[in-house]
Amino acid sequence: MKMPVPDSGVIARRREIVEALRAIVPGEGVIVDENELRAYECDGLTAYRQLPMVAVLPSTVEQVSQVLKTCKAMGVKVVPRGAGTSLSGGALPLADGVLLGMGKFKRILDIDYANRCVTVQPGVTNLGISNAVAHEGFYYAPDPSSQIACTIGGNIAENSGGVHCLKYGLTTNNVLGLEMVLMDGTILRLGGKHLDAGGYDLMGIVTGSEGLLGVVTEVTVRILKKPATARAVLLGFPTSEQGGDCVAAIIAAGIIPGGMEMMDRPAIHAAEAFVHAGYPLDVEALLIVELDGPAAEVDHLIDRVEAIARDKGACYARVSKSEEERLAFWAGRKAAFPAVGRISPDYYCMDGTIPRKALPLVLQRMQEMSDRCGLRVANVFHAGDGNLHPLILYDANKPGELEAAEEFGNNILRLCVEVGGVLTGEHGVGVEKRDLMTDQFDEADLQQQQRLKCAFDPDGLLNPGKVFPTLHRCAELGRLHVHQGELRFPDIPRF
Amino acid sequence: MTITTLKPETAAQVTDAVRWALSAGEPLEILGSGSRRGLGRPVQAGHALDLSGLSGVIAYEPEELVLTALAGTPMATIRVLLADRGQHLAFEPPEGGTLGGLVASGLAGPRRISVGSARDHTLGIAGVSGRAEAYKGGGKVVKNVTGYDVPKLMTGSFGTLTALTEITVKVLPAPEDSATLLLSGLDDAAAVAMLDRALRSPYEVSGAAHLPAGIAARSGVSAVSRAGGAVTLVRLEGFGPSVAARVTMLREELRADAVLGRDESLAVWREVRDGAGLGEGSDAHLWKLSVPPSAGPATVEAIRRTLDVEVFYDWGGGLVWLAAPPDSGAAIRGALTAGGHATLVRAPEPVRAATDVFQPLPEALMALSRRVKESFDPKGILNPGRMYAGL
Repeated sequence: MKMPVPDSGVIARRREIVEALRAIVPGEGVIVDENELRAYECDGLTAYRQLPMVAVLPSTVEQVSQVLKTCKAMGVKVVPRGAGTSLSGGALPLADGVLLGMGKFKRILDIDYANRCVTVQPGVTNLGISNAVAHEGFYYAPDPSSQIACTIGGNIAENSGGVHCLKYGLTTNNVLGLEMVLMDGTILRLGGKHLDAGGYDLMGIVTGSEGLLGVVTEVTVRILKKPATARAVLLGFPTSEQGGDCVAAIIAAGIIPGGMEMMDRPAIHAAEAFVHAGYPLDVEALLIVELDGPAAEVDHLIDRVEAIARDKGACYARVSKSEEERLAFWAGRKAAFPAVGRISPDYYCMDGTIPRKALPLVLQRMQEMSDRCGLRVANVFHAGDGNLHPLILYDANKPGELEAAEEFGNNILRLCVEVGGVLTGEHGVGVEKRDLMTDQFDEADLQQQQRLKCAFDPDGLLNPGKVFPTLHRCAELGRLHVHQGELRFPDIPRF
Repeated sequence: MTITTLKPETAAQVTDAVRWALSAGEPLEILGSGSRRGLGRPVQAGHALDLSGLSGVIAYEPEELVLTALAGTPMATIRVLLADRGQHLAFEPPEGGTLGGLVASGLAGPRRISVGSARDHTLGIAGVSGRAEAYKGGGKVVKNVTGYDVPKLMTGSFGTLTALTEITVKVLPAPEDSATLLLSGLDDAAAVAMLDRALRSPYEVSGAAHLPAGIAARSGVSAVSRAGGAVTLVRLEGFGPSVAARVTMLREELRADAVLGRDESLAVWREVRDGAGLGEGSDAHLWKLSVPPSAGPATVEAIRRTLDVEVFYDWGGGLVWLAAPPDSGAAIRGALTAGGHATLVRAPEPVRAATDVFQPLPEALMALSRRVKESFDPKGILNPGRMYAGL
């Protein structure tokens, strides 16, 4: 993975840049010591590491604005960072860049039950929001598995999902308002406590923009009342195809479960060995279907789901009889990543989405690839929305295995695109999938996205090297080639 | 000039038409069926690009929850197709028009409070920018974070960024049953407080509206028109047994006066979606105000200090439909002290040409919006002026 060549001119001006930052953020808010900078050298994609030139930890919006404005004036790149849990390298530092840590923005600013929303600073954790409103029976719906650590600011940047997003949506569907700072220091507010921000849906573009468009300094999210009941069914199938058919049949019956997760045999065995959830070990596919809502609805739907599963050939079915049992069903799934981590020195987690009907084909092709490269793969799958998480097992200490795992992963993602899906369902492009973007998008698609970036950050200073495989100057992107105005299709009907 | 309306039949012809417009420096008015021409400012263009020739559903896979269609496909066609498989566009858009027109105008109905708007259901787009370049954005699966979420930017952009040629939307199972709790005789503030109670309950309320007496009296649903005063409505939808159980519990909790069954429930929410006849038959201008729900009644009270208006509330108080005399924009917008925005949704064309139909944006946001517009349409040939003068 090649990052933009560090600008030695900028690195030579490090002292001057540090002084300028210290004038804005006093004391320990500017970090230059190599040992201290080590804490920021990577995010959740640990295979890539880079020390930033300097890190700055502002604590007010005005400081963020001044930092960005100053960096723009000095021509210095900036990499924003929340908790650093990105799995795609979205917060990977640059050798010639300032790392802008938002960890000091930890306050919950306003809890407003009458408007069913909460306003927080971006460094508040995802779970922190739910915890703050739990005593009133509310919660914040998107629940990425890193929710204990990941921050809402990072969730905005990555448009994070979670196991409940088929029914309750991704981050973008649950955000009402943002305050953000552009690279030139401009402070903007988008939306608020009302629905639909006026004008263009800039909040929609900023959410999921992976820190390339602006730095979020305040977030208003909607909160929901906790469902009265939740029960889960554990279903086992002799083939993954039957499991996939069952998922399709549940949705065709008009049922959108709160969660619907599938695991393949290697993932089932790894999880069971780790947490002893009571999973059946003689099945090829295990499905957890969780129904939530009023008790009358959950009871009704549990029966229907069981009937559908029997019809689709389930060889194992167990309905949770208690909250403890429901949580036990989930314990295995939620521990799937560390469980796989126990059976292999290293694993690499992928994140493509496919049309669900392509699942048997994709699993088969994945197995063929696995056989060819000699690396095992375990699959966990957000079955409801077609989001695959293949876990590739490898050993980084064996020469060439990391590269082989990455190549295997890239081929899986290319396969996702080939069958009509996408490169990433919830982890983001970052540096990890950057060079695969041309497999999903044409040059014209990518250039238009980069023009949009130019509207926010014309000098390309905010988080460069992420998302886009080729960097273009905005002047070059904006150039317009107007040809002679003949209609190539003289037969377009006109009136 | 001989060309007045270009009516391409393929996406390639759309590119060609825009290329001509770009080189000739001739702005285009982008049209689907033209059913929403009254929404927004009149476009300053001598030529029209009529996309109704790009019609047809390309793929519909109920189990995948996605539908892809050409932008000019009539919504009526899509509704029938979805209804056949027990599905719908969950955000309850108004009827009529084309899929492209719906996405471009970014509309949603009463269910906005529980499932979101057009923005939340538009997954992928293909179209032609004002640079005469065909491109695509988003994807054709329900979960996708690859690249910028360009489809969201298209919703509510009123054709000012791209002439859409193809759209992929998320479709969802339509509820099996619908019932509505009815409370009568509440004033605005008490009604919105009651809606708040309903929305804070765990019963998954999917509609929360309040019709003051004059509006309720005009309803075609007799239980509403004969209630003898203001009517507050709380909708519950879903599987039969679930709706029945929730109706029982919430009716008790809110002390509701009556319950509307499926047919009446469907009928009254169609009325709410379509404006409940507000201001019809008068020369009043129609506005929609999006405010924090709890601020709805106070906002209306402030407006009433200077204007004679008729209103009703949807979205739990967060959407105020308001019929006002001409030239009320400044007074209405001046009352939005709790935040939000006001859109003039019905007024004669000369009025819409001369006023701010959409809420004026703060200068920094307007400057960014201009740069966004330029990134798609540097010469301003796509629907110029439809949203804001000079954009």
